[in-house]
Amino acid sequence: MERSKQTRAPIYEALENFRRNRVVPFDVPGHKHGRGNPELVQLLGERCVSIDVNSMKPLDNLCHPVSVIKEAEELAADAFGADHAFLMVGGTTSAVQSMILSCCKKGDKIIMPRNVHRSAINALVLCGAKPIYVNPDVDQKLGIALGMKREDVIRAMEQNPDAVAVLVNNPTYYGICSDLRAIVKAAHDKGMLVLADEAHGTHFYFGKDLPVSAMAAGADIASVSMHKSGGSLTQSSFLLTGKGVHPGHIRQIINLTQTTSGSYLLLSSLDISRRNLALRGEESFRAVTALAEYARDEINKIGDYYAFGREMINGDSIYDFDPTKLSIHTLDIGLAGIEVYDILRDEYDIQIEFGDLGNILAYLSIGDRIREVERLVTALADLKRRYKKDKTGMLSQEYIAPKVVMTPQDSFYAAKESLPLEETAGRVCSEFVMCYPPGIPVLAPGEEITDEIINYIVYAKEKGCSMTGPEDERIQRLNVLKNCEVKEYGNVVF
Amino acid sequence: MEMWFSDIHTDGVKLSIRIEEQLFSSQSQVQRIDVLESRDFGKILVVDGDLMLTERDEFIYHEMITHVPMAVHPDVKEVLVMGGGDGGVVRELIKYDTIEQIDVVEPDPLLVEVCRKYIPEIANSLTDSRVNIYHEDGLRFIRSKGDAYDLIIIDSPNPFGAGEGLFTKEFYGNCYNALHEDGIMINQNESPFYTEEAFQCQRMHKRILETFPICRVYQAHIPSYPSGHWLFGFASKKYHPLNDLDKVGWKLRGIHTRYYEPRLHAGVFALPVYVEALLRDVENIE
Ligand SMILES: Cc1ncc(COP(=O)(O)O)c(C=O)c1O
Repeated sequence: MERSKQTRAPIYEALENFRRNRVVPFDVPGHKHGRGNPELVQLLGERCVSIDVNSMKPLDNLCHPVSVIKEAEELAADAFGADHAFLMVGGTTSAVQSMILSCCKKGDKIIMPRNVHRSAINALVLCGAKPIYVNPDVDQKLGIALGMKREDVIRAMEQNPDAVAVLVNNPTYYGICSDLRAIVKAAHDKGMLVLADEAHGTHFYFGKDLPVSAMAAGADIASVSMHKSGGSLTQSSFLLTGKGVHPGHIRQIINLTQTTSGSYLLLSSLDISRRNLALRGEESFRAVTALAEYARDEINKIGDYYAFGREMINGDSIYDFDPTKLSIHTLDIGLAGIEVYDILRDEYDIQIEFGDLGNILAYLSIGDRIREVERLVTALADLKRRYKKDKTGMLSQEYIAPKVVMTPQDSFYAAKESLPLEETAGRVCSEFVMCYPPGIPVLAPGEEITDEIINYIVYAKEKGCSMTGPEDERIQRLNVLKNCEVKEYGNVVF
Repeated sequence: MEMWFSDIHTDGVKLSIRIEEQLFSSQSQVQRIDVLESRDFGKILVVDGDLMLTERDEFIYHEMITHVPMAVHPDVKEVLVMGGGDGGVVRELIKYDTIEQIDVVEPDPLLVEVCRKYIPEIANSLTDSRVNIYHEDGLRFIRSKGDAYDLIIIDSPNPFGAGEGLFTKEFYGNCYNALHEDGIMINQNESPFYTEEAFQCQRMHKRILETFPICRVYQAHIPSYPSGHWLFGFASKKYHPLNDLDKVGWKLRGIHTRYYEPRLHAGVFALPVYVEALLRDVENIE
């Protein structure tokens, strides 16, 4: 990374120039620097609406960058150690989908852990590729899915030598990393590409003593949620590519689904946040790690909570751990994570990232201060004093290994019927079911519905998880395939 | 030359005081601290641009936050003061020779130093041998305490900013836990007059109601504070602020005050109708 160049922010600078020139707009957007929509100006402020503008020569064009956006891409690539970087305005969802669509077509096989975000499986519905799922390792006590074991990934590669790519979470929502370098080596030996979902790994590129980033590990493409730990506006992300990936092809794929009116608020926020991380990321993330370590110590002192950290590392399925993540196991106070999540919000005015059956995750970032961490810890102490109860009868297992019967695309578009949830055991699901967040499907299209899955759905609903995916918004019915013959298509399920 | 300090009360209201001299100004780890000299209010302590106390009217606030619970609880030995680095609350507390221990949790050492230097008549109380000062975060301090105090006084200025943690349910819950079984907690409860503060009043009252079996609100008139009309919260595990008031006992202690007085005590719990309504609004949710 060339530090002196990183002080630049070309999109931001072009917008500043544009603003100073007081250009008269006879183009879209129709609010015309906010004049046509005073209430919007009151909400967002003069400065904000004045740079909500359309593509034009001095500001470049996201669909075909030649000037300031191109420069911003080059600076981002340099900052992230990538060959090329693409500015994304459709969330990391659009980055994940573009990276999968860029290397898979109908019938191609792609190896991935089953605890991927829905965006990855959505891409398979779009393109018709076949997922070869690797079951992630599972921590029995915490109930959470971990990374993939090396031997499991390698076995999947050996049994599917025709697979085109391997997708890896780097890290998972809980901050757990698989052995990315080893996976890259094994995949490249077999001529497969490595795609990394780094929705939760932006800071790996800038901090010290953090897990290895996808580009540093030699992965081919990575999707990086700049808007999560990177500090940019919601919905803005980067897609990064390594050596040997043709940027022109990736751009074409991105343009299949990307808007032709990319928001300059999002683009400039990417530009400024990249600059900030390049210049100050290392010290910022050192502070975030210190804050998270402090919180872990204090929370573990309360007793009955377990805020887990690097002690979990096992050399394989927890090859590394992201110390900025603050996940807390809550079952020992007799409450599901989602219940603690709800109580923290409703009674203590504390909003955390998510709660699942056995854990909560508090998201710490460059915007946090010690005083808010003290509130969280103190609230957890008070919550325990008031609510602690017996934990018998509580479910903890978040991950259920799927039985894949058909590809996501075939099943999504096949003839289907709607059945009450309780009557669906043994049938093949044609839609997604997941708790959001974290957005990891418990059922994906083409998977067999089992009693265990139905129990999980009923329990999670009862505990207050917000479930999404199915057509029936109350999730009392599920769409299942009509004339379903349960035929295994040769998928490997470990 | 004219120099004026303005304390912003709302977006549209401010109180301006003519300043003779700026005595001190510095940014600590925690906050910006200023000390100003004025003709009409004497010395003024300003934190992060907000007026904290003036020499002229601080006695009202400090007497009312201290003597009301002291005249109710029959046997206060251990007291915790949250905030209070200016020493005003402690100055009132050390008038009671039956108090054995006063813990003061003031996150900012500079605040104590500045007050000792510029308003020693108030802050010298902190040198009393019964006083222990902890320069720690209040939330962190209270988490580790259980069954330790007879009285907790929350003397934190502002529900926005550095002291925000001391206006939260988690804090009140941990205070409950830190009190003996007959303990009392007093908090400054903001002003009910302006919309934003009134909302904070309600929120605090609601949070405390959810935590303590006895919760009452009382008032005082503090000229330099927004609207001048100020509320305090009386939260208690056992003693009732009026039924358990020991007028004679308190009188016999011979404590000198300029605002508090047992006859006044009964009156300050009688609130204006609109304030009653404000509080009832959140009481009815229960
Ligand atoms: C692992 C993972 N991948 C991808 C995404 C999608 O990101 P976005 O919400 O920016 O579209 C998420 C979002 O939560 C995620 O957790």
